[in-house]
Amino acid sequence: MKILVPVKRVLDYNVKPRVKADGTGVDLANVKMSMNPFDEIAVEEAIRLKEKGVATEVIVVSIGEPKSQDTLRTALAMGADRAILITAEGEVEPLGVAKLLKAVADEEQPGLVILGKQAIDDDSNQTGQMLAALTGWGQGTFASKVEVAGDTVIVTREVDGGSETVSLKAPAIVTTDLRLNEPRYASLPNIMKAKSKPLANKTPADYGVDVAKRLTTLKVSEPPVRSAGIKVADVDELVAKLKALGVAA
Amino acid sequence: MSVLVWVEHDNASVKDATLAAVTAAGKLGDVHALVAGKGAQAVADEAAKIAGVAKVLLADDAAYEHALAENVAPLIAGLMSGYDAFVAPSTSHGKNIAPRVAALLDVAQISDILSVESADTFTRPIYAGNAIATVQSSDAKKVITVRGTAFEKAATSGGSASVEAASGAGDAGLSSFVGAEIAKSERPELTAAKIIVSGGRALGSEEQFHAVIDPLADKLGAAVGASRAAVDAGYAPNDYQVGQTGKIVAPEVYVAIGISGAIQHLAGMKDSKTIIAINKDEDAPIFQVADIGLVGDLFKIVPALTGKL
Repeated sequence: MKILVPVKRVLDYNVKPRVKADGTGVDLANVKMSMNPFDEIAVEEAIRLKEKGVATEVIVVSIGEPKSQDTLRTALAMGADRAILITAEGEVEPLGVAKLLKAVADEEQPGLVILGKQAIDDDSNQTGQMLAALTGWGQGTFASKVEVAGDTVIVTREVDGGSETVSLKAPAIVTTDLRLNEPRYASLPNIMKAKSKPLANKTPADYGVDVAKRLTTLKVSEPPVRSAGIKVADVDELVAKLKALGVAA
Repeated sequence: MSVLVWVEHDNASVKDATLAAVTAAGKLGDVHALVAGKGAQAVADEAAKIAGVAKVLLADDAAYEHALAENVAPLIAGLMSGYDAFVAPSTSHGKNIAPRVAALLDVAQISDILSVESADTFTRPIYAGNAIATVQSSDAKKVITVRGTAFEKAATSGGSASVEAASGAGDAGLSSFVGAEIAKSERPELTAAKIIVSGGRALGSEEQFHAVIDPLADKLGAAVGASRAAVDAGYAPNDYQVGQTGKIVAPEVYVAIGISGAIQHLAGMKDSKTIIAINKDEDAPIFQVADIGLVGDLFKIVPALTGKL
């Protein structure tokens, strides 16, 4: 089966985001951008399924500014076969992304779509579920284990209080949780090789999808700052503080 | 405006997360609660007593027993013809189901709201809680998930809602439930606990994690949490994880032991009322958010602390 893996270019997870002084958003000028960490896990899982002989081809797709091409090249260097870049101006909301991915899925007919469970910029955690609704496929969200047997996909999911296992009929949607796997690093030869792998350039108009925003961001502000704390010298002083808080008798 | 609230339950009783969602929904309009499950009459009766709930819809069908999104989302989308908003707690069920409902209704979802500013305007955290966005929805119907720690819990008594049967298409035939492995714990539930004692990678091993953290937690009647590093290293089960990718908590007292305070961890606990940090590295970022800090060796400090309580 073909596997489709959507990836997103986001502010690197090690960078502390800075809110713009005018409150219009987070400053993304001249900061390091990387592939969303959950998407790296999705790419890794797809490649592992290909190495096991389950998948025949891994297609990566990204939606956003032209620089998202770098993110796709990273995925190609990890082992994906080809890439699709859908260039769109400004931020595309999860619903718009899901509609574009539905159009790509209609065209490519994958047996499995693996997405990250959430992007670490908007923290929405929506796209995979929305794509599942639009395609009418089953969804295995927050996956910590994925097994494909014929046209059945068995997904172990991380849920509040533990884990649960669901069985889905392929084609299906899977979203990755952190413990699904440890993504590989792309080696230098593979990075060089990735440069010659196919990358198709598209626009939302090519798919006839309207990606108009439904939500308007009125303001982005800093979270409330915690007032500076104190340091205590020893355990006795800490015990006294705990007693003052009323948590210890 | 009328609002349909997802009742989180285990087919036996209402989960606490529902109560914060009811409070958030109450700021929008009349609150009706949806109980979808199998043999869930008791849950519906309990939901009917929640203060602020005007009506309870009970969809009792084997297809809804495990809240599979494929079966539950069409049920909700069908019921939404009579409602202006769908509100679910940001639990694993809520996060799994709500976006599927939103897409079926062709509306955007507003995830993990912290406040209701008006009928169409909400605040929500972005970038792991490092920024707060105020967003306005232009959709006719709203689909919202609610951060449990950002709203007061509705009272579990005082309501007297009627319970009505509701039905949907049932089993969509796309998925089935195979089994679950729920971690057993005698301690308070992490997201509901007043006090949390949390351990990090500095604990060094699973044995030491339990030997050091558990007695202190028991002394304080606290829930036990862990950083992602501790969970990844196998010191604690993954449902202990506090952080952007784990549970979001806001207890009265959060004790961080051997936790450096990475952005991803802080996103899960920085709304705690009082944060206490014990760490041997005095430059650890956790001390920037801690109200009370103690620099030193946790293997000496924590047992001494436990002994003196």
